[in-house]
Amino acid sequence: MNIDCGSHAHLSRRSLLQSAGALSMTALANQLARGSEQSSKPVRPKSIIILWLKGAPSQYETFDPHAGTKYGGEVAAIDTTARDVQISEFLPQTAEQMHRVALVRSVTSKEGDHQRAFYNIQTGWRPDPTVVHPSIGSIVCHELPGGADIPRHISILPDNSAGRGGYLGAKYDAFKVYDPANKVPDIRPYVGEKRFQRRVDGLMDVVESNFRKGRLRDLDRDRTLHGIATKSALTMMDSDQLAAFEVDKESKALRSQFGETAFGRGCLAAARLIEVGVRCVEVGLSGWDTHADNHNGQRTQCEILDPAYATLLQVLADRDLLDSTLVVCGGEFGRTPKINPVGGRDHWPHGFSIALAGCGLRQGIVHGATSPDPKLDNKEKDLLTNVADPVTVQDIHATILKALEVRFERELITPIGRPLKLSEGTPIESILS
Amino acid sequence: MKWYQSLARWTLLAAVGLLGVGYLANGLSGDGRSTQPPPIPKGTTASETADWMEVVRDVDAEFETTWTRESLSTAPAADWQTVSRRVSLALIGSSISLEDMRWLESLPEGTQVDALTERLLADHRFADYWAERLGRAYVGADEGPFIVYRRRRFITWLSQQLHDQVPYSQIVRQLITAKGIWTENPQVNFLTVTLDTTEKGRVDPVRLAARTSRAFLGMRIDCLECHDDFLGNVNLGTTSEPLEGTQRDFHHLAAFYSTAANSIQGIRDDGEAYEYQFLYEDETEEVEPIVPFLPELLTTDPAADDLPTRQQLAHWVTHPENIPAARAAVNRVWALMFGKPLSDPVDDIPLHGPFPAGLDRLAHDFAEHDWDLRRLIRIISHLQTFQLDSRCDFEVTSEHEQAWAVYPLIRLRPEQVASSIIQSCRLATLDRQSALLVQLQAFGEKNDFINRYGDTGEDEFGQDAITITQRLLAMNGKLVNERTGENPFMNASSQIAMFATDDAHAVEITYLSILNRRPTDEESAAWIRQSEQGVSRRQFVEDLYWILINSSEFSWNH
Repeated sequence: MNIDCGSHAHLSRRSLLQSAGALSMTALANQLARGSEQSSKPVRPKSIIILWLKGAPSQYETFDPHAGTKYGGEVAAIDTTARDVQISEFLPQTAEQMHRVALVRSVTSKEGDHQRAFYNIQTGWRPDPTVVHPSIGSIVCHELPGGADIPRHISILPDNSAGRGGYLGAKYDAFKVYDPANKVPDIRPYVGEKRFQRRVDGLMDVVESNFRKGRLRDLDRDRTLHGIATKSALTMMDSDQLAAFEVDKESKALRSQFGETAFGRGCLAAARLIEVGVRCVEVGLSGWDTHADNHNGQRTQCEILDPAYATLLQVLADRDLLDSTLVVCGGEFGRTPKINPVGGRDHWPHGFSIALAGCGLRQGIVHGATSPDPKLDNKEKDLLTNVADPVTVQDIHATILKALEVRFERELITPIGRPLKLSEGTPIESILS
Repeated sequence: MKWYQSLARWTLLAAVGLLGVGYLANGLSGDGRSTQPPPIPKGTTASETADWMEVVRDVDAEFETTWTRESLSTAPAADWQTVSRRVSLALIGSSISLEDMRWLESLPEGTQVDALTERLLADHRFADYWAERLGRAYVGADEGPFIVYRRRRFITWLSQQLHDQVPYSQIVRQLITAKGIWTENPQVNFLTVTLDTTEKGRVDPVRLAARTSRAFLGMRIDCLECHDDFLGNVNLGTTSEPLEGTQRDFHHLAAFYSTAANSIQGIRDDGEAYEYQFLYEDETEEVEPIVPFLPELLTTDPAADDLPTRQQLAHWVTHPENIPAARAAVNRVWALMFGKPLSDPVDDIPLHGPFPAGLDRLAHDFAEHDWDLRRLIRIISHLQTFQLDSRCDFEVTSEHEQAWAVYPLIRLRPEQVASSIIQSCRLATLDRQSALLVQLQAFGEKNDFINRYGDTGEDEFGQDAITITQRLLAMNGKLVNERTGENPFMNASSQIAMFATDDAHAVEITYLSILNRRPTDEESAAWIRQSEQGVSRRQFVEDLYWILINSSEFSWNH
């Protein structure tokens, strides 16, 4: 896929960095530019972009079509740029990028309820009333320090499901933003600069200093962190890196390739945010819960997903970011082989697809398979016989963390003194290089 | 429209406007209330008060002993305004309105805290707020399984129980033994929240055992689901004969719930036995329901023996001699009053202690008095520990806070921050008597704010550091801007700017509205100096509103 004028050089990393000043693309970009003069390939920190397809996409109508079979439905399968890999006709642009993707078609889970399953896919753990597990982005930010002036864990279009720090603490919670067509929320004061500064001065000089009297020594540093957090917020408000949210700085042609949708703009913003040092960007796309009229429902959602996902992979590759950025695309579970009486597919955690790309993963390959003629006995162990080389949600997490060079088996002690591994899964070696 | 019709309309509007202006101006004055205060409900009789004041004295004495033993100085008593704010935050999750501050100021010295406590205990806001807080311990904060779970109905039901003063023990019994449809019998949602769509319509005994042990028994025995306790964390024996918890103990507790199944009539008991394959065993086996400690409370009670299993469990949990269960309730009430539990974490109290000062005395009194929540709240609000100041003239250390020798600084939970912002930006009290539109607006604003601020979920008493998102939201968020900006009909800041007699009066009212105290002389002087720098009164008050809402003092219970 070509970008903009059709020349890859047009959007090469070097040309991008040369225009970094104009784009206000931060100190990090400048550092990279300097680095590129000293060595041919600077080492970038690892980052992750997660495209959460909330409501659970149908594997049949996306990455695992079984066209012409009893359960395959009406969707046709199309060839892709990966040898012997076909995907749904609803994803033609994605098909052009499949040579970059490691597709896992055999993910299994024990959660069939949206909320519980989403927690499971987001954290790698099933819900447990005794502990709130951190999401992938929180773990990445915890384990891979450094980065940006702006929050390093960002959730775009979060729809009440932004990644949480869990037992790592609220400071690892994702910073929530909505459609990048709008301004980042709460980042600009409602009053003029002079008046705002007067307010801040009044807060710090009169009120805060009075509150500290007669209380714990180093109250702010040791307890409230109120002043420290305020200063961090003020730093963020002044940061040039905020320009990364401004997708209208990109060419109109590129924006339209991502799609004129909130999700498309979210994916474009994700690429820009990774570029300025953000460690994890989640972009949410709801609307996949097609209990009725599955075919049209999935097609509609794929029309949003396809250009955004495909262009994201292309742009990351063009900007030399795909080697250091893992792009994960998937939902909380799959959908049933059987089409119900109202043309819908119901919940199916017994074999669904997750697509991974970048960060050194093997490209253009498929792990696992679902049966074209599954036995649909209700016994769970029988259902698993429909899946070749099954992997669990925990395995996906272990794979992600390993690709990001995070020690997935590392044990952390939760605030109540309970040792917990970052992931209890086993990395899928077939897709790790 | 004819000219005289138009004139009549404008005259009517002007009259209404003038009435409103008069009302607001009166509300700002310190001479009286803008409206008649609601009557203070009769709380307790003199003999009842004498009875529970004995518990207050006992608990105070226990803390005094601790402080003496640890050679800790104690903070002086806090002023009534500070204690009243604590009571309000604890009972309704919000700071006090200016209207109520004026009412409290009109009461005789020394009666304000009691008057506010009694008034709030009778207010539906107390029931609503505590229902949500307790509900998180019982069913969590998530929306749960679609169709078969109705969280809002559950919370509304719980609120009505609290408002009707149903004993806490009876509420717990209703939860454990609930039957029927989740909409008609909302208490059944305690069970249906565990229904898993992949589990063919049965409740999840394992999750219910974990809930029961944490919420009702104050014990974290979840680890026993998978294996015996090999870390010595769970002693189910006695002090002299410790007995490490085993995987069997957990599943014996879970077995009480195995009979509960879902059907078209909702939850019912079908008598199904509980089966489990224990670690290192090859086969599943039937597990009988056995309580994890104090089995004699069941075995020596012939009445309990004939009860179905869930009734047996409910009977045992709320038995007057089940003091560990009473301790769990007391510890949670303490946590809701102070913002942190007496025994931390809130749901993990060792079966045989050692217990913090006061816990056992309060637990015995709670169990002996039919698990009366209001009595317990009155006792706690009268304790010296609740009434101490949070600042001292000696160097405060974390040891002082740990021993409750000073009132601990505790971050407000998100809903407390949201409610306090909304309340402090209005002069009148926001309650069920407020106009429906005002209530709806406040409800929406609160939800939006919490959504962005970050809900703590079930983790009610975590003490995470404040985040950048939260600071940005308070500094630049829509709620603070809209509620402090120019709006003479809705916003206290505009009304104060319009009707305060001078800048000093404006500062005083603003402090009372937001921080529920008057400014110090030093603060007053600093703000007056600023007001004299050519800024309009409206801007000056708006800025002061912004500053105080963004302060540590506003965001922390102290």
